[in-house]
Amino acid sequence: MTAHTITIDGQQVPFIEGQTIIEAATAAGVYIPHLCHNPEFTPHGSCKLCTVKVNGRNCSACTFPAVDGQEVLNDTEELNETRRAITQMLFVEGNHFCPSCEKSGNCQLQAVGYFLNMLDAHFPFFYPSREVDASHPEVMLDRDRCILCELCVRASRDVDGKNVFALSGRGIHTHLIVNSTSGKLADTEISVDDKAVHVCPVGAILVKRTGFEVPIGQRIYDHQDISEVSLAMEESVAGESHGG
Amino acid sequence: MYNREHLLEAAGTPMPLTETEQSVLMRIVDRHAADATQLVQILREVQASFRHIPADAMDSLAAALGIERAQVQAVAEFYTFFSTKPRGRYDILISDSITDHMLGSREIAAYLSERLGIQPGETRSDGQVSFDYTSCTGMCEQGPAGLVNGLTLTQLTRERIDRIVDLVNAGTPVTQWPREFFAVKDNIRRADLILKTELKPGSALKWSNTRGADSTLAEIEKSGLRGRGGAGFSTGMKWKFCRQAKSGPADAPAERYVVCNADEGEPGTFKDRVLLQSYADQVFEGMTLCGRVIGARQGYLYLRGEYLYLGDHLDRVLQERRRNHLLGSNILGEPGFDFDIEVRIGAGAYICGEESALIESLEGKRGVPRNRPPYPVTHGYRNKPTVVNNVETFAAAALIGLKGGAWFADVGTEKSKGTKILSISGDCAKPGIYEYPFGTSIRKILDDCGATNTLGLQIGGPSGIFISDREFDRVLGFEDLPTGGSFMIFDRTRDILEIVRNFTHFFAHESCGFCTPCRVGTSLLRNQLDKLCAGHGAKGDLVELTHISKLVKNTSHCGLGQTAANPILSTLERYPELYEQRLRAKAFEPGFDLDGALEVARRMAGRDDAHAHLEQEAVL
Repeated sequence: MTAHTITIDGQQVPFIEGQTIIEAATAAGVYIPHLCHNPEFTPHGSCKLCTVKVNGRNCSACTFPAVDGQEVLNDTEELNETRRAITQMLFVEGNHFCPSCEKSGNCQLQAVGYFLNMLDAHFPFFYPSREVDASHPEVMLDRDRCILCELCVRASRDVDGKNVFALSGRGIHTHLIVNSTSGKLADTEISVDDKAVHVCPVGAILVKRTGFEVPIGQRIYDHQDISEVSLAMEESVAGESHGG
Repeated sequence: MYNREHLLEAAGTPMPLTETEQSVLMRIVDRHAADATQLVQILREVQASFRHIPADAMDSLAAALGIERAQVQAVAEFYTFFSTKPRGRYDILISDSITDHMLGSREIAAYLSERLGIQPGETRSDGQVSFDYTSCTGMCEQGPAGLVNGLTLTQLTRERIDRIVDLVNAGTPVTQWPREFFAVKDNIRRADLILKTELKPGSALKWSNTRGADSTLAEIEKSGLRGRGGAGFSTGMKWKFCRQAKSGPADAPAERYVVCNADEGEPGTFKDRVLLQSYADQVFEGMTLCGRVIGARQGYLYLRGEYLYLGDHLDRVLQERRRNHLLGSNILGEPGFDFDIEVRIGAGAYICGEESALIESLEGKRGVPRNRPPYPVTHGYRNKPTVVNNVETFAAAALIGLKGGAWFADVGTEKSKGTKILSISGDCAKPGIYEYPFGTSIRKILDDCGATNTLGLQIGGPSGIFISDREFDRVLGFEDLPTGGSFMIFDRTRDILEIVRNFTHFFAHESCGFCTPCRVGTSLLRNQLDKLCAGHGAKGDLVELTHISKLVKNTSHCGLGQTAANPILSTLERYPELYEQRLRAKAFEPGFDLDGALEVARRMAGRDDAHAHLEQEAVL
């Protein structure tokens, strides 16, 4: 096998034919901030947090294929500023009240905010009116916190084989719907063991009665940067899917 | 049957469909062979029959089509011409393009609203009529325009509104309304290569049968033809890539598609409408030629929903071509040359003009642009190699097939061969269709169409650029001013910021919502510009406007977001003083109205005295 390489911020990074930039980066221990990307699922490219410069052009690292000789810029002041603004957009678009959210400390949106040194929301809040669905006995759906990453959509479709979730509407009115006549989660085929229930990067889909089992202060991102956590987790996933 | 919606709304729970309604629904499904890729077509018919997409119909459709209910709902909630709440028996939409504004559409709409007794977005309580605004309907030179039950209305006047209101109140079927209400003129003012050269139906195909597909492709390549939608990719290269692309396992029959992008949604563009109305044979001939070159057996023409009135006409032309063996099996007696074309109609989504979103829509999904690579030439419709070209590109290709590449390449400039058809509207004496060789100066075009006292013009629609009166020596062409053909002229009586505001609202309305920067950013831009135009902007707000603009431009997923800030950026660059004039003499002004926010509290407390109001202090 011939060795393929790209450079990320000047560092030589090898890749296997067919890998995306973020896959190559993760394997080499380089963190590129992301939210809608999860190595277990089909690349999506919607959150745009993983925007990198490839030969001078902005691209989504999670969907853009690595090609020999590419020069990728990732950890630059300009890109991180852009990513911070995108994160702020996600915050003002929904209703995210970290102090009262049971996902606080385990939330990737919050963790990315910390990582990017986001100190305020910057943009005016939209305060949308979004529906909370507590109909299911074990699973809770709080759309206020949904960032429209479609990970639950992909997990339910590709892993659970159920198609419980979908995005509907358009533009700023885009919203998550569930697959039932009543529009309620209780009337779908979802079950608490589904992958879709456990893949949400924020607190939109939660398992009921587990909220504060781990106290605030002892949660994943309370002591570790998302960059470290993400690399540790995703390198192992990548390792499995590429046969070690 | 029509009372059920009121019962439905009153009860708050969906009523099951009656047996009759269920059979209406199933007839629609049968007409489309229960093919889920035709979901948009099916929902169009459901909307027309039921005046909305009933919740129960979603379940029935999902079951009959073998798809998830959530997919039906998601599609129903994506396109503007679908509604999940009942619209009126007469559903009237007024085009909200800036060119319609300039012809008085807002006053006409206000008058209509007053006469009907309903506000935009409402349905009258008797269920008879609803009224709303809609994005540009492509009648820019014969507005104010609108749609009634999907059919185009032109040249609306107060008198015409009076007559329309009477017809609505009398319950006269739209088919019995005066024909002149629906008259759409071509207004061709200058014809050149494409509009002047006669093409006898079948003549290009006959010639291609004689010289073969390789030689036909060679002529297209030699012509230097580039895509007429605006992006300008080489047509010959696109066809070649598609032809070479593997369509599946080697032992399976090749499956490739030709798609004509007739989703002419860019405000200010209407040349495809004219081509489809008066040159349809030429467009279909170009598609068939492409089918022969790439080895496709099926083509689709994706017509924007606003051009519904063209649907029957196009079907008739296709029928005629089938009768003349210009479509179907063994075209013109050539063994194995099999090709047919179907018209598919959209449902109100500008984003479907983006080729991969168009393909998604053709497959019966929400019009969300795909990730690229892979490109449609290798993974297009049904994931098979697909050529997507603009209407004008196919019209040009047909003539090149007949006359040869050199004939076309003789005209134009080094990098922009041939001619460009422009849709000219706005402040000029003779708006309409003008075809010019590439390389023509803006000044010449303005002279020809009788534009005087011109302040500037928007080239390429809202996603293009605004050029000022200091730039009239610039020329049409990919080297200088590329354009899909929209050419909106503004004279010195116009308010540039109002124009920009109209465009910015348009993008916020049309953003598909897939990626964060466009979904959130276009709405932020809209709000920020509204704040400035309302006189609440401070210096910091201009900085912020630029900041958001660049963010949306540089990080969005597709062309919509990447161009949505162009109107702001190109006018900020040329007319900074116009923005500054609107600013208050302060460094900072809050984005929100503190006193206004207390309104609910005042109402609850039953107070409106001076102490119940707060003065908002600005930071100097």
